[in-house]
Amino acid sequence: MISPFIWNNAVVLTVAVPLLAAFLCPLIGMFTETGRKAWVLAAAAITSALALFTAWKVYTYGTWVYVFGASVPNLTVPADSGGIPVRIMFEVDAMSALMLVIVAILGFVVILYSTMADDKRSGKAGYYTLFLLLIASIIGMVSTGDLFNFFVFFEISGLASAGLIAYRVEKGRAVEAGLKYFLVSTLAGIFMLFVIAILYGQYNALNIAMIAERMQYTSLDKLALVLIIGALATKAGSVPMHFWTPDAYGLAPSAVTALLVVASQASLYGLFRMTFTMYNLTLNAVTVGWILIILGVLSMFVGVTMAIPQKDVKRLMAYHAISQTGYMLLGVGTGLAVLGNVAMMDAFGQMAMEGGIFHIINHALYKGLLFLTAGAIIYRVGTRDMNKMGGLGHKMKWTMVFFMIGALAIAGIPPFNGFASKLMIYESVYLFNPVLAIIAMVVSILTLASFVKVFHSIFMGPQLPEYEHVEEAPRPMLWAMGILAVLVILFGIFPQHVVNYLITPAANALIDQSGYITAVLGGV
Amino acid sequence: MQMSKIVRLSADIMYPFVVIFGLYVIMHGHITPGGGFQGGAVVATGAALVIVAYALHDVKAMIPKVLLYLQESMGLLLFIGAGLAGMLLAFPFFFNWLANSGSLFGMPVPFGPNPGELNTAGFLPIMNIAVGIEVWGGLTLILLYMLSGVGKEGY
Amino acid sequence: MFANLPYYTVVALTIIGFATVLLKRNLVKMTMGLNILTAAVNLLIIVLGFRAGGIAPIYTMAPQTEMVLPTPQALVLTSIVIGVATTALLLSFTMVIYRKYGTTNVDEIRELRE
Repeated sequence: MISPFIWNNAVVLTVAVPLLAAFLCPLIGMFTETGRKAWVLAAAAITSALALFTAWKVYTYGTWVYVFGASVPNLTVPADSGGIPVRIMFEVDAMSALMLVIVAILGFVVILYSTMADDKRSGKAGYYTLFLLLIASIIGMVSTGDLFNFFVFFEISGLASAGLIAYRVEKGRAVEAGLKYFLVSTLAGIFMLFVIAILYGQYNALNIAMIAERMQYTSLDKLALVLIIGALATKAGSVPMHFWTPDAYGLAPSAVTALLVVASQASLYGLFRMTFTMYNLTLNAVTVGWILIILGVLSMFVGVTMAIPQKDVKRLMAYHAISQTGYMLLGVGTGLAVLGNVAMMDAFGQMAMEGGIFHIINHALYKGLLFLTAGAIIYRVGTRDMNKMGGLGHKMKWTMVFFMIGALAIAGIPPFNGFASKLMIYESVYLFNPVLAIIAMVVSILTLASFVKVFHSIFMGPQLPEYEHVEEAPRPMLWAMGILAVLVILFGIFPQHVVNYLITPAANALIDQSGYITAVLGGV
Repeated sequence: MQMSKIVRLSADIMYPFVVIFGLYVIMHGHITPGGGFQGGAVVATGAALVIVAYALHDVKAMIPKVLLYLQESMGLLLFIGAGLAGMLLAFPFFFNWLANSGSLFGMPVPFGPNPGELNTAGFLPIMNIAVGIEVWGGLTLILLYMLSGVGKEGY
Repeated sequence: MFANLPYYTVVALTIIGFATVLLKRNLVKMTMGLNILTAAVNLLIIVLGFRAGGIAPIYTMAPQTEMVLPTPQALVLTSIVIGVATTALLLSFTMVIYRKYGTTNVDEIRELRE
């Protein structure tokens, strides 16, 4: 049924199709406007289909390795190379497949949303080119098995994001946000290049599996570990490097913000890949695990306390994004802290890791939904200040329902998906250290309080006279939000199926390093 | 505001040589040091020379903006087309399907010391040309946008 | 001391670049600081590929077979291209901010508050 061309090559077509579509966008846009919209939608749909197919194939048949430029795609170690994988390769295991699922869903939804929301702006040739480049770079970041290739895609995503954030130069504030984000992102990139230099100089290899095989934990490797955790946690938006997040998420166009959340999670994926797969048990798992836990707890707490006094609805949601990233770091950090200890790992470590990883996909879904609803409100009302809004529930009924679904999901109320992942994190972290679980629960309560305030001030209350002309959001935006809302509800009602099929293989792929190395080097 | 007659005449004489040198660096990327980005940057330097010598207003009238955009897009499309074209012949992505094949750039590399054959190395010269064209268009566009003035809306 | 001179240069350039990014108040100078940092890391990567007594890694007309490593040179090429794109984008942002705010002093570009 599936042609052998797609069966063999889907993992690179997932990156090649958005690149090709991005490069053709300006040319098509010179001729027709609606043709470009149709072209971008078609490209996003094809990319999502290919990414979902790749993820299904990896979950069914195991790790997929694709070598670039070899005579057959799985020739990882050429015959005359002396046992060294010399070429750049894509290596998709179960954790990468989960991130591909996230990008597939959110990439299509935000492009569907953006065809309507950014319709009246000018200069859209560059906008859609950068958008498709951002999607291609996120897919590349999560699929690659080569350290320098990861750095190149990381920089591409930084450049494309900075261009997209600063796209609407409304009195220069968006450009200031883009500049702040770009300075931080470039510094993170320079640190990552330092790490590549250190690791290449010691082990003469750039392939992640090869470095994992050859890793001895010298003092230079400790320096590299500190730098790489710093660089990737900066891009993921964790405290104390979170200062770019409120400005960047708050002033970007709303469709772009939803995709920036996915880009931050791709950096989080990179962090897990580096600590779990590249270093694995050579590092001091308890210390590094506690560092991740402390970063997580700080992010949770600072994020939610800074969110409460905000007046701008998108800045508030950006602070909540920082806080939810803390949950992911807490869950996976607990798993890292008990990595070498089989008894504790079976008791609660595995569930903590599964909770953290499940929270990644849940957060992408409900945070994307919240940002898209905020974008719909701003599109119709024209202001971003919550004090000036009120009584919008009379006219924008569907938007109110979607916002309510998103707000209940982020607060962790059953039967939505936030509850499932947060319950896993609470139960397992309580067995590890009760104080952390109590902090997590308090943060969840504060999140609920903050969103009740937002809901009340935007949607409740009498119909204000200046918003008489406001009507419901346009159709494509409602469809985009509807897809995400349906997924939020489905993941909440059937969490056990999602965990068994998607999350447990991903957690196992992170814990078990030898599977990753064997797929490349062919068994030792 | 133009420069004096001597500067303009020198730029007129130097410009073709700079462009030829840049194209030489692009084309010989697989034999000598250089390649796509380096050669493209050299050619853009030639464009910068012309911009410095003549008034920006005249240069903008000489170069249509759409030509530079087309140059950028064509370069990028040629690059990724060369990578994808191998897939139509049932090879993996970015496989060097022209090397050692006897067609366009397909002569096998002669062994031992030799002055370097241009006809070798498969699709690497094609990708060099693609990147060179793209960098030329892109850097010239960046220069023209940035020099269009800070105080007013540019270009 | 001369055997390790490139590494001392890398450390010195890193410190200078970092100090410029952190301490200067003008956006253009911060961009220059980032450029110096990028140059430091590129120098580190190239120096790691050096082999004493090696020649350039070009195969045609090679007088000896001991060559320096070519992979770091490819890595640095990519990094320089990324540095060019970064500098161009940062300078464009600086230009637009100057047009809208009238200043390039970081202390005064503070429209976005908590």
